[in-house]
Amino acid sequence: MEPIDQDLYEHEIDLPAEPMLLNVGPAHPAMHGTVRCVMELTGESIVKVDVQVGYLHRGFEKMCERGTWTQVYPYVDRCNYISPMLNNVAFSLACEKMLGIEVPERCQWYRMALGELARMSDHLTCDGAMAMELGAFTPFLWMIKAREMIWDIMEEETGARLTHSFGRVGGMAFPPTAGFKETSRATVDQILKVVEEVERLLLGNRIFLDRLEGVGIVSPEDAISLGWTGPCLRASGVPYDIRKSHPYLKYGEVEFDVPVGQTGDCFDRFMVRIEELKQSARIILQCLERMADSGPVNVDDPRVTLPDKKDVYSTIEGTIRHFKIVMEGLKIPAGEVYSYTEAGNGELGFYLVSDGSGTPYRVRIRPPCFLITSGLERVITGQMIADVVPCFGSLNMIGGECDR
Amino acid sequence: MARALLELLKKTFAGAVLESWSQHGDETAVIEPSRWHDVAAFLKTSSESDMSMLTDLTAVDFPDRNPRFEVVAHFYSLSKGHRVRLKARIGDPAGEHVHIPSLSDLWGSANWLERECWDMFGVVFVGHPDLRRILLYPEFVGHPLRKDYPADRIQPLVEYRDVPAIDKVAPFHHDEGMSFGRQTFDHIGSADGDDPELFPGQKAN
Amino acid sequence: MGELTHGSDQVIGGGASEGIITTRAADLLAWAQKYSLFMYPFVTACCGMEFMAMSSPRYDFSRFGAEAPRFSPRQADLLWVVGTIVQRQAPILRRIYEQMAEPKWVLAFGTCASCGGFYDNYACVAGIDKIIPCDVYVPGCPPRPEAVLDGLMLLMDKIQRGDKRPAVVKPRTDPATDNTHGLVQVRRREPAA
Repeated sequence: MEPIDQDLYEHEIDLPAEPMLLNVGPAHPAMHGTVRCVMELTGESIVKVDVQVGYLHRGFEKMCERGTWTQVYPYVDRCNYISPMLNNVAFSLACEKMLGIEVPERCQWYRMALGELARMSDHLTCDGAMAMELGAFTPFLWMIKAREMIWDIMEEETGARLTHSFGRVGGMAFPPTAGFKETSRATVDQILKVVEEVERLLLGNRIFLDRLEGVGIVSPEDAISLGWTGPCLRASGVPYDIRKSHPYLKYGEVEFDVPVGQTGDCFDRFMVRIEELKQSARIILQCLERMADSGPVNVDDPRVTLPDKKDVYSTIEGTIRHFKIVMEGLKIPAGEVYSYTEAGNGELGFYLVSDGSGTPYRVRIRPPCFLITSGLERVITGQMIADVVPCFGSLNMIGGECDR
Repeated sequence: MARALLELLKKTFAGAVLESWSQHGDETAVIEPSRWHDVAAFLKTSSESDMSMLTDLTAVDFPDRNPRFEVVAHFYSLSKGHRVRLKARIGDPAGEHVHIPSLSDLWGSANWLERECWDMFGVVFVGHPDLRRILLYPEFVGHPLRKDYPADRIQPLVEYRDVPAIDKVAPFHHDEGMSFGRQTFDHIGSADGDDPELFPGQKAN
Repeated sequence: MGELTHGSDQVIGGGASEGIITTRAADLLAWAQKYSLFMYPFVTACCGMEFMAMSSPRYDFSRFGAEAPRFSPRQADLLWVVGTIVQRQAPILRRIYEQMAEPKWVLAFGTCASCGGFYDNYACVAGIDKIIPCDVYVPGCPPRPEAVLDGLMLLMDKIQRGDKRPAVVKPRTDPATDNTHGLVQVRRREPAA
């Protein structure tokens, strides 16, 4: 008996068909635990998708209104928790913009070096996780091994591997340790070797390339309209990097390139991050060269910096100053500011509103990957289910930043 | 650069720009809510401003002001590199009549940003295709970022277990656990139990 | 939630009529269970990074036999709740727990899962034991992988002894810097005047 659809074209058959609803729920390994995609499928292709976020909404903005300015740091740490130092630095810069103070040079280089190390940790994790979700487990382990080296440095400098809460308004919590430069140089070398090994493993692999190339293409116009920034925007061909366009700290004085993709597919997003790893290494080495070995790290401003402990215990002015800064919070004059830096995923903006007291009135975190995730709909509509995994992985959705 | 933009806005929309100022390097203009969409469209399409990106849209709650809420939008131009902040003041002190035209037909980023603003503040964006909660669950009542919502008022979806006194045991007594790799030394000098020899020949003091 | 002094050796599960064969069989079964935990990693937040680090070569929890992730709750017996559970996620966590088949254990990884952390607000559940019963709590924000391995070992110990009481992982003191053991003399250096 011949098949029912022999010699018939697809549109000539009147078979009953309904689109299938598939729930790729929040507890799913590829959804990074906190995004729910309700998809309407016909066969394997996605016709419509409803991306639901908010499964990690922890109420940061409300909590920030309950403490002091310095107590905001643990919250911003847990936004983009793979590169927490970049968040710390961004918030410090926002507060300092409102106060109109500039930190000493040594601190600027230090912030840059630690920030770029955090960026490397971010890109290592994203690309490693992406490879793992496609079935390549080994590069993930190698990149996590490289990330451990960065975290060793962070642990030495700040005391914590992750979520350091190391930034302070007007500087950093502690000056760099004596072995920072040496360890960082050695680590950066090692990491570049790991990246090279991973490239050799992945970039010649037909399956890996087939799964990423031409998948999830986003045009530059779409990306700009969606408010995308960072590696995802650069992969679509728009050469916008805040470190180059609006330099802050000392980014105007270091040499580095900005990798820009051509097609805007998943492979470009993957490669932009790999290339940015190498550029971050360049920046770190230049910062370490230019960072002074001694000198103050915190700005010498009695409004924001905690006094020396020996002053606190011996002079009345030191005690009062310490008391006021810790108990009431450092006073930022009333006003508002929008400060933006290049975080791991793009433009991390802080819109701060102060009422003149030590408690923030409004802390708005402009999360880069909230807007990137809003584009997920556009990216995966029309693709097949199996393409959801690399598309979603290449966007680097960090739940803490997306949902705050 | 953006200061020239403010001048241009004031010229083109004379009645709509209520206030404008520069502070900390940012330029801000307060817009009449009914002209919100027009001003934003002008910013996007005019060649002098060319605001290609709506980078952020949020609100701030000032309960002792009338109008109570301030919707704040930040724009950025990729070609010109300038930014501007637009604000609109809406809503009455009771939190009613909080609506403003939606910008979702101009920029794709407005879609989710306005949904979040609705979720957190209760600002209704007139003309938004799909205004529903995004960060919180649909069963949630209220808008948490308003100043009159207490931060610790929970609305649990799952009923909490009724476990009056959970017996939590002190962990790792010296004779519990795996026999090798016992590294905790808390038991040394304690009243109970005999202390094993830590290293051959060494006794605890 | 005070600590109980360890005096009670109540072990749940032992009946009065247990002979030597059944005890030995139960021991063997418990030994097999503890060294072959199939985990369900319910990963949400920052602790997930430490979870990844724990699965990586340096800390490596596969040496405890606990590496195999099973993303179907039916096939898993250890539920790792890694990261903050918010009110929106709570029904999902509860459903996953209910779908797991007995015997099952739950490990609360991190402070947010143990007690809510510093998120005392409208959004977060103050500890997963408000929703599901929990066996081991590993505090830390995020906990070091060594602390989590402590928690895993503690859980394995409990499985072996059939102890169903929940336990909390205590922080370890570093014996190298503790002067009372006579191991290493650590003296505070006087600051150069």
